[in-house]
Amino acid sequence: MFLSYVFGVLFWVATLVLVFGIAFKVRLYWKTPAPLKIPTTPAPLTQGGVFVRMFKEVVFFFSLFRSNKLLWILGIAFHYALALVLFRHVRYFQESTWFIVDVMQPFGKYAGFLMVLALLGLLARRIFIDRVRYITAPSDRAMLGLLILIGASGLMMKFVSHTDILMVKQFFIGLRSFDFQPLPADPILMVHLSLVALLMLIFPISKLLHAPGIFFSPTRNQIDNPREKRHLAPWAAELEKQNKNYLHELDK
Amino acid sequence: MADYEIPTVTGDDGIVDVPALKEGAMGHLHGPWVSKPDFQKELGFPTDFTMPEGVENYGDVDTLVENWKNRALEKLDDLRGRYRSLQVFLDICVKCGACTDKCHYYIGTTDPKNMPVARQDLLRKVYRRYFTFAGKFFGKIGKPEFVGAADLTEDVVKDWYNYYHQCSQCRRCSVFCPYGIDTAEISMAAREILDHIGMGQKYCTEIMGKVHKIGNNLGLPEAALSDTLEGLEEDIYDDTGVLVELPLDKKGADILLVTPSADFFAEPHVDGLMGYAKVFHELGLDFTLSSYASEGANFGMFIGSYENMRRLALRIRKAAIDLGVKRIVFGECGHAWRVAYSFLNTLAGPWDFLDQNYPIPQHVLEITEPALAAGKLNIDKSANDDMVVTFHDSCNIARGSRIGGYEGGQFEVPRNVIKAVCNNYVDMPKDTIHDSTFCCGGGGGILTDDLMEVRVKGAQPRMEALKHVTENHGVTHMAAICAICKSQFTKVIPYYGFTMDQIVSVHQLVSNAIQLTGQLTEDEIDEMELDYDEAKEKLIASREAAE
Repeated sequence: MFLSYVFGVLFWVATLVLVFGIAFKVRLYWKTPAPLKIPTTPAPLTQGGVFVRMFKEVVFFFSLFRSNKLLWILGIAFHYALALVLFRHVRYFQESTWFIVDVMQPFGKYAGFLMVLALLGLLARRIFIDRVRYITAPSDRAMLGLLILIGASGLMMKFVSHTDILMVKQFFIGLRSFDFQPLPADPILMVHLSLVALLMLIFPISKLLHAPGIFFSPTRNQIDNPREKRHLAPWAAELEKQNKNYLHELDK
Repeated sequence: MADYEIPTVTGDDGIVDVPALKEGAMGHLHGPWVSKPDFQKELGFPTDFTMPEGVENYGDVDTLVENWKNRALEKLDDLRGRYRSLQVFLDICVKCGACTDKCHYYIGTTDPKNMPVARQDLLRKVYRRYFTFAGKFFGKIGKPEFVGAADLTEDVVKDWYNYYHQCSQCRRCSVFCPYGIDTAEISMAAREILDHIGMGQKYCTEIMGKVHKIGNNLGLPEAALSDTLEGLEEDIYDDTGVLVELPLDKKGADILLVTPSADFFAEPHVDGLMGYAKVFHELGLDFTLSSYASEGANFGMFIGSYENMRRLALRIRKAAIDLGVKRIVFGECGHAWRVAYSFLNTLAGPWDFLDQNYPIPQHVLEITEPALAAGKLNIDKSANDDMVVTFHDSCNIARGSRIGGYEGGQFEVPRNVIKAVCNNYVDMPKDTIHDSTFCCGGGGGILTDDLMEVRVKGAQPRMEALKHVTENHGVTHMAAICAICKSQFTKVIPYYGFTMDQIVSVHQLVSNAIQLTGQLTEDEIDEMELDYDEAKEKLIASREAAE
């Protein structure tokens, strides 16, 4: 039961950090003014057009496709495989699973291999392409290593050394109401869960912020209508109001 | 010609192969000339610094403002609170490397710090060190580099000054970034920080000071400008026998024409200006230039200074009000047009006193193109038959603004105009045009002799594409719609085996082909003795009589 308390608390903390950390960052991005219209043009002329542009970026990685085909394939493979794997995991949090979760099980099962392969490909890029090697910090390799270990330990449990998955399910369902159920003392599971918790903890303080951040990218989310509609940030409006040239001349 | 190696161009497929990186390839440079306290003062920047003795002392901490480190960090903190772009872009880069081969300066110099992400990282590593949990934590245990963070040191400042002046803010990287991260935004922020610690760039600040005082980048006062315009009228008259006016400070004119001051004297810019005048003349449009707002280019953008950019833009507002115009039209200039199209409404609006039936502001091509399409101009295309023309998309027009009423009009409108006045037109390879266009190498405040090596090397990708169409499609001339592109190309293309007169203005092509009402043939002009002064006096007299 000791294990169960340790992981129970760990996952509660990790979840809170993940949710509030991202909420904090999203709030920061939301509140920070964008004083100038800077969409990368050609840009859509309407809000609907911006929606389409953002959809193409988020779903198809459109700009990346134009940029680098190898990276695009690896990136698409990793992200979609991860999505399938995550979706498969929904069943560990549901008493009775949704139909769609059941249907997706086999896809999620094998997507794990694709995910790890794509991650290895991404790591290889960081090692073998001189330009990418130059811009890679140790934490960039560590991040890939973390994801690879999470994927590999998950695959181990599915295909090599099964863990008592029903017990794990009861643990997580219980955790929702602070009902600490026992967890199997399986070392692979311990590794898997610890690393997932670590990933959740570092999400809001790392480059993983690209996921919420892209929606706030002014070059992608702005409408191309500066001549038709005046765009003015509050701090810039203050210059106008007080009829001053420089911010340091403003009365506070 | 130079004490550095000029990149070679082959013309094979028009695309430069991505080079292997060479660390420190541009590390021997020290950045452009540093701005004096006098210039900094005029722009509202701190002046408590010491001018370095030589370029090798640039960035030495004893030349910077007192307490430079805290003041740099404070400015960074201030900027990330005022610019969402900066805050988001510093956070969300995943270092995927998609941008690494997209910058013309990286391709031309092979210096890895010229890869967009590496250039951003020069600032990002400091942001991470002082403003993120990861950077503070690993900084404390002495391993900031583990998370791509670094202390702010003298060497970092030197790198900032050197490499943020090897970025022309052309935004090509932002097209290819999966999150739209725009290095220009980072470069602008970095230059703003540098301006606050005693490392302003002389070229930009001196020029802006001239606009604040006199009205244009060249420091041309009203009298000189008036003489220049009269000279141009005379040139057109001697050439065509038609008096096409270029009025200055004419109250009550319908249109205020704002154009880069290079249009007043530089080649081939000035031929473009004569082209606009001919178009206005033929369409019966009543326009004027302003001596107070005689500059279209707004260098405030280059140094990331919203306040100075606004101060410059407000001159245009004042001129428009004082002259009582109904419309504002901009001439051919990339950065001017980005500031005009994207920012003018923000900086100097609202423009409720102008005629709302026209775009505010309007690009001169938005007048010429529809007029050509409607057959309102009498065109003799054969006048340009000595040329096979290609078109260089200027980066700030291609990726930072729009011309025309539809998405991507900035690519079609200038080409439509060229094709309407020239019989021979060829595009450069598709990865080098439209929003993939390569910068001329001189944009964003780089167009200065103290950065010649950067400019020459940065031009390589465009030169390669030009060489390709020259050798394979017989292209003889490259047209541009940006004062900086025109100036940069005329200066650097000789390094690549071309000649300066191969660069032309788009409205120069229009000017060549347009047949003015009452235009005389060459023979007629030879027979007659044209006297501009007499013709001008007559015109003024007849106008007074009519009133």
